[in-house]
Amino acid sequence: MKLTDFESAMLAGEFGEPRRQAMQQLVSVGSFFDAGDMVEVSQAHIMGDTESLGESGVRYLEALAAYPEEQRRVAVPTLTDPRGVDQAKYRGLKQRSSSAFLELRAVSALRSLGILMTDTCINYQTFQAPIPGQHVAFGDTGVVIYTNSICAARSNFEGGPAALAAALTGRTPRYGYHLDGNRRGTCLFELDFEPADFAEWGALGALIGSQAGSYWAVPVVQLKATPSSDDLKHFGAAMASYGSVALFHLPGITPEAPDVASVFDGPPPGTHLLRRDAIETYYRSFERHEDRVDVVVFAAPQLSLLEIQQLAELLEGRRVHEHTALVVATNPEVKAAADRLGITGIIEEAGGMLLSGVCFYQMYARELGQANGWVRLLTNSAKLCNIITGYGYRPAIAPMEVCVDAAIRGRM
Amino acid sequence: MEDRVFYGHVGIGKKVSGVALVAKDNFSARYDLDREKGLFSRSSHRLHGESYVGKIVILETAKGGVATAWMLAEMKSRGMAPAGLVLNLSNPVIAQGAAFAELSFIDRFAVDITSVVRSGELVTLNPQSGCLVVHAERTWTESSAGM
Repeated sequence: MKLTDFESAMLAGEFGEPRRQAMQQLVSVGSFFDAGDMVEVSQAHIMGDTESLGESGVRYLEALAAYPEEQRRVAVPTLTDPRGVDQAKYRGLKQRSSSAFLELRAVSALRSLGILMTDTCINYQTFQAPIPGQHVAFGDTGVVIYTNSICAARSNFEGGPAALAAALTGRTPRYGYHLDGNRRGTCLFELDFEPADFAEWGALGALIGSQAGSYWAVPVVQLKATPSSDDLKHFGAAMASYGSVALFHLPGITPEAPDVASVFDGPPPGTHLLRRDAIETYYRSFERHEDRVDVVVFAAPQLSLLEIQQLAELLEGRRVHEHTALVVATNPEVKAAADRLGITGIIEEAGGMLLSGVCFYQMYARELGQANGWVRLLTNSAKLCNIITGYGYRPAIAPMEVCVDAAIRGRM
Repeated sequence: MEDRVFYGHVGIGKKVSGVALVAKDNFSARYDLDREKGLFSRSSHRLHGESYVGKIVILETAKGGVATAWMLAEMKSRGMAPAGLVLNLSNPVIAQGAAFAELSFIDRFAVDITSVVRSGELVTLNPQSGCLVVHAERTWTESSAGM
């Protein structure tokens, strides 16, 4: 790879060991993907929950935190993905105190690197959405696909170590979605229906992601509907989860796709027509928990303030069944707004729990389920359905209204 | 029977040998594994119930999720990682995780690698040359790993 003098100096250790290690990792990954050089990034976003980090990852962060400040501080504004524990609520969820302690150690180390502990996978809805053409190094696949597709900024999926390396150096290898040529459409989808709610948007993303099938596919989707930010959040997060897809185009809606013809090199490929019955088939691929629902989860991605308001309106004046838990996850900023606006109180009076700075599947989900006896899980998140079976749950998916009704009745 | 040799893209990590664990399915450490027990835990995964520890795991492509990048190093720190990983096509997260964990890894072969190697075969993975050797012998020796 061609490196600038500054990048070569970082690689030689002239700016300290943390930046040397970071550059070494970036060069290794860049060489793997045949990157010609590095690109400067203006922001980073790091996934670093302790279930993923483990003891070894936390020790790695603590070792970085022990270096002098001028060597360890990140070079660009850097945000964090959700954590594994809500320190105010973990005891009520029967999470281990050892997990909470490991989280405190990780947070302390990350803070000492100058990282902003935003603990969110909806930074684009909460803090600052990137602008078209901006190069960033974001973790969380839902964040990346929204950043690339809706914001028309440029990021690859950056796993925690790579995002941290980008944060320390202000660089990432120039490959994948930093390059114009990889942002062209590769497959075309058309719908004969309009998704009706977040669950259907997620299901649609799941179907397209599954068909697209790889990180390097760029689906182009012709919509009849005009989606909201939350619709596209569920759509993109599910597509990224099921297909490892990092970019899609919506002709007439997303910035890089004024029309179908302009996003393909050459004539558009044949159209995959998706009918509503494909959504119903997707729903039927999961069980229906007609005897009992153990836990109803609204998360993955974290909820926006508008989603939480909608949920609170459905819960107001009702009471969650004694055998069922209702768990909602958002970030600290949205939680504070919900507290201030009286929305949290409505959810809690109904027996629900609004968690801050976490997301369900990142919360030591296996231990969480075992400690609380949660197996039959209901959610409106297709992304969560895809992830959570590996943790021993039996998920089902339904619209928010159906999920709330099931939480009240204790069954679907 | 002679050794079969397959070339992919130059990869990441050191030369390593082990028993292959192969499936026409995809990979995510978060979605698919019980990392405490060292098993594929996702019920719909074609390797469900199989131990991956110390094996050369050969699969199709990466699933979504960025957690694998930290998790490979965490698994390795406890001696609960695969010996190596081979995919037909990687995404950035697996490559980043392999680089961080110093886990041997290759992708981008001229053939569908999941269809030409069988579980239980002895293989040697050489990321520096992008080479995967499937040994004819059932027992690996230094001489049989020459590439």
